[in-house]
Amino acid sequence: MKKFILVIFALLPMLALASGGGVHLDKAGNDLTDKESLKRGFDSYVSYCLGCHQLQYQRYNRTFADLGISEEEGMAKYLLNGQKPGDHITNAMPAKDAAKWFGTAPPDLTLEARLKPGADYIYTYLRSFYLDSERPFGVNNKVFSDVGMPHVLQGLQGVRGIDEHGNLTPAVGGSMTEEEYDVFSRDLANFLEYVGEPSKLERESMGYWVLGFLFIFFILSYLLKKEYWRDIH
Amino acid sequence: MLVKLFTDFMGWIDKRLPVTDAWNKHLAQYPAPKNFNFWYFFGSLAMLVLVNQIVTGIWLTMNYEPSGEGAFASIEYIMRDVDYGWLLRYMHSTGASAFFIVVYMHMMRGLMYGSYQKPRELLWIFGMLIFLVLMAEAFMGYLLPWGNMSYWGAQVIISLFGAVPIIGDDLTLWIRGDYVISGATLNRFFALHVIALPLVLVILVFLHILALHEVGSNNPEGIDVKKPKGSIKPEELSKFKFHKQYTDKYDIVDAIPFHPYYSVKDIMGVAGFLIVFCWVMFFAPEGGGYFMEAPNFEPANGLKTPEHIAPVWYFGPFYTILRIIPDKLLGAICMFSAIIVLFLLPWFDRGVVKSMKYRSTAHLVNLIQFAICFVVLGVLGTLPATPVYNLIGTVATFGYFGFFVALWFYSKNEKTKPVPERISG
Repeated sequence: MKKFILVIFALLPMLALASGGGVHLDKAGNDLTDKESLKRGFDSYVSYCLGCHQLQYQRYNRTFADLGISEEEGMAKYLLNGQKPGDHITNAMPAKDAAKWFGTAPPDLTLEARLKPGADYIYTYLRSFYLDSERPFGVNNKVFSDVGMPHVLQGLQGVRGIDEHGNLTPAVGGSMTEEEYDVFSRDLANFLEYVGEPSKLERESMGYWVLGFLFIFFILSYLLKKEYWRDIH
Repeated sequence: MLVKLFTDFMGWIDKRLPVTDAWNKHLAQYPAPKNFNFWYFFGSLAMLVLVNQIVTGIWLTMNYEPSGEGAFASIEYIMRDVDYGWLLRYMHSTGASAFFIVVYMHMMRGLMYGSYQKPRELLWIFGMLIFLVLMAEAFMGYLLPWGNMSYWGAQVIISLFGAVPIIGDDLTLWIRGDYVISGATLNRFFALHVIALPLVLVILVFLHILALHEVGSNNPEGIDVKKPKGSIKPEELSKFKFHKQYTDKYDIVDAIPFHPYYSVKDIMGVAGFLIVFCWVMFFAPEGGGYFMEAPNFEPANGLKTPEHIAPVWYFGPFYTILRIIPDKLLGAICMFSAIIVLFLLPWFDRGVVKSMKYRSTAHLVNLIQFAICFVVLGVLGTLPATPVYNLIGTVATFGYFGFFVALWFYSKNEKTKPVPERISG
């Protein structure tokens, strides 16, 4: 029996190891309280991503309010085709045609940051495209192999190759420096983390108050119990 | 003046419905052993979580749309557009996992102190029925967000019924109401999840408590606080007043009224529990991907199988037993047997000594290996199947069933320690 227990304990670390693994992701280091970053991310999203990827569960006016954009400013800047502030952030691309063009319809990205391992994944993904002549759009991605989309941001980042060790070579020919592109990617990742769960900051700030209350309540309930139980002991 | 008004009012009620009598019988004059420990918090906590699930469930239902087209979007509507909808949803989703943690601890308590033994067999069976209905409730509830893991998890589990000989295919068709999991399945699961099963659950909890109060609470010593009438000297009787239903038949020793002593203690337990619960709910509602699985953040898609279909963690132990057996029918039989043996536990145990404190070392070792095997099976259930894991799973499955077999053999002539007459301290 002792042996059996020993075997189980010897095997437990293997279980822990097995749950890890996967591709290496760079840390995005994004900050949900940085409204300027979120605004830039939103702006980039609308300019570069929204044409294909909807945010169909998120509304414009909620986004404006959370990011600190006034409704007039937001309407003038983002609602150009007669949409209303309460509309969801959608595009006009028919899903059927999209599936024909890309092999699969571009997914909605409202919950991308929760579906994939968070902002780090998006940050790394955006920076991991490389030239691959085997692929229909001439590019592949290190964290999402055989990805179906072209490198939409190639004009900003430039092109990267891959060497014989599987490492990506520095980008050349883009309009942004590497640092500028990192910031750009971080802002987008930050925005997508926000859109994944717009109430996250409110949730956490409420959490501190609730836990604070509960600690006091726990102490009081302990004292009350002690007072009553003096009769017993 | 106000006191008199209240007394008169209660007098009027009591003549028509025995409210005060019920209050006394079940709370203020219910003799609870004075030595409950940490493990005795989980019964009242299970009730708390049940109430939480029902109340948050009602509010979620107000904005949830039970249809294949609308379900996923309506959850995001709750998360974004409904005031505090995110809070209601996280209370409900975290509550589901908390329910199982609490219930597993509650069951382990019963195992450790022999709370299933005579005369508490029926009490144990009601408890097991609650566990069974709870699993059905959780399984059906997990389909409702209509995420991709909801879909494929249900697909895997419902397909199990296809292993039944002859009628298998018709049976799965009948359960799904369609040839694949579809809106029809979602609608019937919704009906069962929000009405049928909660109703059954509440009735069973009621019966569980009635049965408990009929036979009386066990305790960590496994020593009965109800002694034969007339066997105890008057000066040794408990100094508290208990309901005549108990004192007419028994002499009560070493017991205290449930209220106020255990009600104030349980409030403390609730506060402690809520600290952990709220910490998870406010700061890690996904529970590290175990309470809410990542693939469930994309809508159900019959053409896109998640890389690794894992049931929610609380089904892990039973899922592993199913999975390590290559034959589907045999696997399903073993999985259901794992629950049936629990039902039969009072008859597997032929011993008379209840608490592990006074039982043999063999029993203690058996209990520990059972708990370890259960946890190992649970961990394996959330991991992909590999040959090594399947080997570990097989060993743990033998440990799980071995607990009951071994218990049946050694409990007949077990070398137990002498059990004191009274609870000391």
